[in-house]
Amino acid sequence: MVPVNYYLALGAVLFTIGLAGVLVKRNAIIVFMSIELMLNAANLTFLAFARQSGNLSGHAIAFFVIAVAAAEAAVGLAIIIAIYRSRGTVAVDEVTGLRDP
Amino acid sequence: MGDKAEVVLFWVFAGPLIASAAGVLMARNPVHAAMSLVAAFFCLAGIYVLLTAHLIAFLQIIVYAGAIMVLFLFVIMLLSLSDEELGVDRMSAMKWAGLAGGAALLFLVVQAIAESGGAGWQRVGADYGTVRAVGRILYTQYLLPFEATSVLLLVAIVGAVVVSKKRI
Repeated sequence: MVPVNYYLALGAVLFTIGLAGVLVKRNAIIVFMSIELMLNAANLTFLAFARQSGNLSGHAIAFFVIAVAAAEAAVGLAIIIAIYRSRGTVAVDEVTGLRDP
Repeated sequence: MGDKAEVVLFWVFAGPLIASAAGVLMARNPVHAAMSLVAAFFCLAGIYVLLTAHLIAFLQIIVYAGAIMVLFLFVIMLLSLSDEELGVDRMSAMKWAGLAGGAALLFLVVQAIAESGGAGWQRVGADYGTVRAVGRILYTQYLLPFEATSVLLLVAIVGAVVVSKKRI
């Protein structure tokens, strides 16, 4: 089989791409997509370790991660729509209502 | 499945996976970014099948590539932002700091992975990763988190409706 290190390294690369997206991009929707990428990288690592040790707990955790990601996407996108309605922008560095008194 | 065929399949899925994940960041248009993310999720499902996680692979396609990405596309079309508003990235200092931080993290994690040596794979039975096996563990060992997930989804539905109402 392919060594487990390959899967872990693939997860690391995917997580790094997601992290760079969160730090670099302005558009809140793209930032959300990058967060989804990071969650998927964590899932990949869980599944690789579950297969390596031969127990199924990693699959259960991956299942929960998918459910939580669905809930997070629904609430997060609703927040983005609400912000766009009140501010007319979704750029994450222009929404500073909590920072500027 | 032969050893060689599996290595080939791994790269068949891993290459496009990294390329389309990078495409999410490179895309000027958010719809292109969303389609790139869908491609990434499909490739990831292939990787999951290689890891004998059949149920999670199908959930990945149904829930992620299906439901969540449709939600993203709907929001992108609802907002109908102009292109130049989306194309501009954050100021370049933040950009370089982000890229350097990401590269440093990648270096540390890959080094840790290389040091761990990577133990071999355990042998698993034929029902590993099937709906029956994962369902059994979900409804016995993980019953409480499973029920908590249903409450979480209910809260998410109510929260999404309340937040996106006209008057908060």
